[in-house]
Amino acid sequence: MTDQDYNFAYLDEQTKRMIRRAILKGLAIPGYQVPFASREMPMPYGWGTGGVQVSAAVLTPEDTFKVIDQGADDTTNAVSIRSFFQRTAGVTTTTKTSDASVIQTRHRIPEEALTEDQILVYQVPIPEPLRFLEPRESETRKMHSLEEYGLMHVKLYEDISRHGHIATSYAYPVKVEGRYVMDPSPIPKFDNPKLGDMAAIQLFGAGREQRIYALPPYTQVVSLDFEDHPFEASKADHPCGLCGAEESYLDEVIVDDAGGRMFVCSDTDYCDARQAAGYKGKDAA
Amino acid sequence: MYVAVKGGERAIANAHAWLAEERRGDTDVADLSVTQIREQLKLAVDRVMAEGSLYDPDLAALAIKQSRGDLIEAIFLIRAYRTTLPRFGASEPVSTGEMACDRRISATFKDLPGGQVLGPTFDYTHRLLDFKLAADGEVPEAPSRDVAPGDVPHVTEFLNREGLIEEAPAEDTTPPDLTREPLEMPASRALRLQALTRADEGFTLGLAYSTQRGYGRNHAFVGELRIGMVPVEMEIPELGFAIEIGEITLTECETVNQFKGSKTEPPQFTRGYGLVFGQSERKSISMALVDRALRWEELGEDNVGAPAQDAEFVLYHADNIQATGFLEHIKLPHYVDFQSELELVRKLRREAGADQVPEAAE
Amino acid sequence: MQAETLSGGFANPAVQSAHAFRSVMEAMARPGTLQDIAGAEPPAPLSKAAGSVLLTLCDTDTPVYLAGDADCDAVRAWLAFHTGAPLTGPSHCMFAVGTWEALNPLSVYPVGTSEYPDRSATLIVECEALTQSGATLSGPGIKTNAALSLPSVQAFQQNRALFPLGLDFILTSGSQLAALPRTTEVS
Repeated sequence: MTDQDYNFAYLDEQTKRMIRRAILKGLAIPGYQVPFASREMPMPYGWGTGGVQVSAAVLTPEDTFKVIDQGADDTTNAVSIRSFFQRTAGVTTTTKTSDASVIQTRHRIPEEALTEDQILVYQVPIPEPLRFLEPRESETRKMHSLEEYGLMHVKLYEDISRHGHIATSYAYPVKVEGRYVMDPSPIPKFDNPKLGDMAAIQLFGAGREQRIYALPPYTQVVSLDFEDHPFEASKADHPCGLCGAEESYLDEVIVDDAGGRMFVCSDTDYCDARQAAGYKGKDAA
Repeated sequence: MYVAVKGGERAIANAHAWLAEERRGDTDVADLSVTQIREQLKLAVDRVMAEGSLYDPDLAALAIKQSRGDLIEAIFLIRAYRTTLPRFGASEPVSTGEMACDRRISATFKDLPGGQVLGPTFDYTHRLLDFKLAADGEVPEAPSRDVAPGDVPHVTEFLNREGLIEEAPAEDTTPPDLTREPLEMPASRALRLQALTRADEGFTLGLAYSTQRGYGRNHAFVGELRIGMVPVEMEIPELGFAIEIGEITLTECETVNQFKGSKTEPPQFTRGYGLVFGQSERKSISMALVDRALRWEELGEDNVGAPAQDAEFVLYHADNIQATGFLEHIKLPHYVDFQSELELVRKLRREAGADQVPEAAE
Repeated sequence: MQAETLSGGFANPAVQSAHAFRSVMEAMARPGTLQDIAGAEPPAPLSKAAGSVLLTLCDTDTPVYLAGDADCDAVRAWLAFHTGAPLTGPSHCMFAVGTWEALNPLSVYPVGTSEYPDRSATLIVECEALTQSGATLSGPGIKTNAALSLPSVQAFQQNRALFPLGLDFILTSGSQLAALPRTTEVS
């Protein structure tokens, strides 16, 4: 049942065409941020308006749509965005990763490998990887055009000299096809290795900052590093307390007033599926 | 045993229900009508129209009611509604010289043709709480007189005739549309003015104030401030000529600013410009000061590094809907990022030999 | 006005353009794959695929260049009625449509600027047939190798050498399309 007061998937057709053109240019120039005239959406900037606009431009009525925030389907903002598209596009929704044809995400890539029949849409707060080094758009645009990424390497190297490690643990910058340095959105660096050579199409939408960018399937994506300090994907060194998974990204949950902690999968669908298959962690009932 | 949190959907529905109840308040008190808001909170309505970039007093009043008086929330409602509206076309430029002025003052001349018209201003009210209002809102009718209709010339025109102020020639090029194209730097003056007229009033005021205190000072006089109705005309392709489609209230401020002159230009005054939907003097004066500060480059002035001179800084941060959304988004869950930071800090501390958990104080 | 002008658009624009876009996007994301596309019934000589691409992506904001036989009254009127897209020459277009011969030479189309490489033309190349054979393709969107019947190899190699600038191509034939973004290596 769709809301008849608004067009299919909320946006008007002219806006969708504009976004669709930006998506195509994004796919043709992987990692390059295409400016687009982001519209005001009925949810606040910073809450997924870029991802929502990209999803609205991509969805068809036959799609099955999944929304995750921090890996979970039932976080409030994920619930809110899912119900928005249920209402405006009438699409079927799911929490099951493998059943979804379009997945909108904030801050995570699902644990389960995605397929060629899927599209992953990221919500991006600050699309410019150089922004915290150079606040001016006019300057960062020049740096990308000249492939002048020295500042980024200097920053990462300063981390190493100060801390012994690169002190970036999420939104870890990557280089795409040897050309553009790209912000993968604030996913934990644990997820970075999944960006490259993925079978699914990856689309990134930054509404407030008016940028769309993309990674076609099977694109080369390299996390920036140094020979003597290679990139390392890291996670909490524990198994999941509920499903016992050793390889999944974990949330740390405080379970009692004494500060007792347990670790559980951040990808709720992955964890539920494992538990349903009989896997048990040490904290499971 | 730990059970993961569920029930986001129900929590949201319940929060919405509670919000609706809180918005209504005590049901023994009469419900506030949209008409009352439109008529009696007119300046709030004007601000919502100006920063919402949609001239519709009824919708603005509804938004204020729905947002419980949170004007930025009301502006947000209007903006979100505005983007869904189809565009039938663009109006002709309005002519503020034809304004039916409710208020028109000049700080640069003691008197001028048409006279100083104070209009409905707070300016000389003593800010004493009027306790009578709490009991009884009735007011006697204000005195009025008939005014001969006709154009009201702009004060800056008098200076222009003497060549004392920079020319502001009319231009026919269609300006870019901030709401339909991504903002690109450097931004033309037309684009900057568009951004400023919908900019947050408080942000614009603060920037303008900073120029007065020396951060990019440009010695502004209010050449003229006028408030009133102007007709809006639109050319209808089927008719082949423009017809009046309505009237809107505008506040216009033209500042006269000092300029030393350069090698090629003799000394003359320069201009700052503010134009805002509705009655909004504070906003239009602020806008004119910031506009003038942003013009440093085209006027060959020095960039003294003042915030109000920095177009990227001003334009990227002036929009309260962008700002409030991004600011408030940090209350959304960020535990995945935080977890990755936790792991990193723990690792760095371990390596630094600082991983001993301090004993709790006895 | 000819009946042909008024007909052949999307009967249900929101849904049909959503489907058509997915075909175009899949094609652009996976060079060498053939996608079905439908919805438009444009006047000759445009193929259904080319017509559907135009309806999906073009409007008053996108100058279009009609090359060769595509530049005829029927197509002009149809495009104007259904999209409102302004017609222009090759050097200012965002989209161009025509046969490979009519579209050439490629050197006249905008390839973007170093700061805005996205400001480049997309060429809709009408082909006799499209098959997954002929030139070998590799690059983003392609797992190992793909094959596609291309009208030229050298032209696409030259275009690839301009990266990150360059043109992007949508190849159409009947109700099918394929795409070749500037990133694809052709041999």
